[in-house]
Amino acid sequence: MNGPLLDVRDLTRHFPVRAGLLGRSRQVLRAVDGVSFELERGKTFGLVGESGCGKSTLGRAILRLHEPTSGRVVLDGTEITALGQSALKRQRKHMQMIFQDPYASLSPRRTVARILDEPLALHGLGDKAQRNRRVLELLDIVGLGATARHRYPHEFSGGQRQRIGIARALAVAPKLIIADEAVSALDVSVQSQILNLLGDLQAEFGLGFVFISHDLAVVQHVSHAVGVMYLGKLVETAPVDRIYAMPAHPYTRALLDAVPVADPARRGKRLLLQGEVPSPLTPPSGCPFHTRCPQAMPVCRSRVPRTIDLGQDGRPHRVTCHLHDPDIDH
Amino acid sequence: MRDGSTSDALLEVDHLSVDFSTEAGIVRAVDGVSFSIQPGKTLGIVGESGCGKSVTSLALMGLLPHPAGSIASGSVRLAGTELTSMSERALRRMRGTELSMIFQEPMTALNPVYTIGAQMTAVLRRHEGLSRRAARARAIEMLERVGIPVPSKRIDEYPHELSGGMRQRAMIAMALSCRPRLLIADEPTTALDVTTQSQVLGQISDLQQALGTAVILVTHDLGVVAETCDDVLVMYCGQVVEQAPVSVLFETPRHRYTEGLIAAIPKIRPQRLARLPVIPGTVPDPAELPAGCRFAARCGFADETCTQSQPTLEAVDSSRVACFHPAGSQASQT
Repeated sequence: MNGPLLDVRDLTRHFPVRAGLLGRSRQVLRAVDGVSFELERGKTFGLVGESGCGKSTLGRAILRLHEPTSGRVVLDGTEITALGQSALKRQRKHMQMIFQDPYASLSPRRTVARILDEPLALHGLGDKAQRNRRVLELLDIVGLGATARHRYPHEFSGGQRQRIGIARALAVAPKLIIADEAVSALDVSVQSQILNLLGDLQAEFGLGFVFISHDLAVVQHVSHAVGVMYLGKLVETAPVDRIYAMPAHPYTRALLDAVPVADPARRGKRLLLQGEVPSPLTPPSGCPFHTRCPQAMPVCRSRVPRTIDLGQDGRPHRVTCHLHDPDIDH
Repeated sequence: MRDGSTSDALLEVDHLSVDFSTEAGIVRAVDGVSFSIQPGKTLGIVGESGCGKSVTSLALMGLLPHPAGSIASGSVRLAGTELTSMSERALRRMRGTELSMIFQEPMTALNPVYTIGAQMTAVLRRHEGLSRRAARARAIEMLERVGIPVPSKRIDEYPHELSGGMRQRAMIAMALSCRPRLLIADEPTTALDVTTQSQVLGQISDLQQALGTAVILVTHDLGVVAETCDDVLVMYCGQVVEQAPVSVLFETPRHRYTEGLIAAIPKIRPQRLARLPVIPGTVPDPAELPAGCRFAARCGFADETCTQSQPTLEAVDSSRVACFHPAGSQASQT
């Protein structure tokens, strides 16, 4: 099929929040606010931003684990957001999720064999003998031996548990995997093993990944394109080589600048972002980043910036910032 | 810094060992760790989960979980005073004024039912004998120095009213309010976003310089170590495997584990790598440690010597390394 594997258009997820005395005043938390991006087949879209920016909610809204408030998600030609509950359940085998803490997402009382068999049985994939063969195959794919199937999650190390989580996501042969901070809890030596495994799986099975992480170095390594989120909005989206070489949004630049560099010779030469992320319940007027932006202009306080495409050769590089808007007087 | 023998050291740790009783029997979580730190300097202790770095720092503070954990042997001297034999009462007097600790999760140190100000002034009045008014003024000054906006208002808030980054700052302000000579910071920025992390690390180092505090920074993050430390201790399976000045450690790592760790850190690179360098295998079970070098099973340079006997820390140029085949030298230590 032609077209991108995943097409997300103006996706929005609002949460009603009760606030004030006795919870009488109702407010709306715009956790995801009009997000659009595409993901090509067999590629990875990295999603970065500070905690509370909405990146995890976006991941869940794509899978309809959080029902979107509005907007459209199209996976391989099927409009996920238009499906009824039973059709959605059938589509779930095409889109799976890997979580940060595999321990919390793996049932402690089930053997690895049962954990991996469950999604197969749920989607009616094969008889008992075929499913047993598939479980062995999955363990082999993620680098765990066949003996692992008789053991329980607590008997494994963090890295091995993440391999079980990956095997479970792979069981139903999905087209898309959303990985939410999938390597954040792992030690570096194990983290790189898992990142290499994800790369191998992508090459072998043509998997598309939405890779959510706060770690910009990890995101650079795994992604083909990157989106930067701030207060529920994508403020910059670009091919990975472009966004790291020439970040256009002041927020992207500040994030990159804040990453500690493992080189004592390059210590302390950085531009520090002041303050913290404002409350998403009361986002600033105009550009939501203007309260922390080192390059804020008067217009940023009053007017919401447009999204400008700085891309070349048909590779979009979208930035939502007045600095790049030719119609704004700088 | 040589084996905790320098006389002008603020803290000298000598062959410290800590045991934990577990279901699998007695486990030695820290095994013969020695180091020293000079006033005003920053020592980084790095290693992966379970390497003993946090247990080491709890042992220094006299905060090992009782009765499971206990100091099996060794000594900890702060400005010449032995801490391991001190009574709990005497230790409590030292904490806050002589040595202080901050944690990854600020709520382990902050009391949820008191305002930030009440907690800070109580400490200042008891340890420093300040009047109520002077204590409050000092507390506000400290909150301002760690970058808390409108500290005169924030001081009357409860911990839950502050964001994660602000709580972390408040804990740092509290830990440093009595100007301790030594601050032990255990993963102080691990739960924070990179932007907040760089602010908080900057504030710790500003305060450290202003107050002359020595800092022990316990972390798994070699990027943070490179940014902040003077010297580094690398731990693996409860033992120190390498110690070196920070620039030496990153330029010429000697232990194969250090070398592997530095290679495996995800870095922002001009060219994307096809594969990340890895350290194969996993950390051995602390209840079933091998007889020889504990890293041997994961090391590409290990031979029979390594699986049979344990290497000891030996000087190689300005580093100390526990390895029979250290990197960057032909002579092997036999």
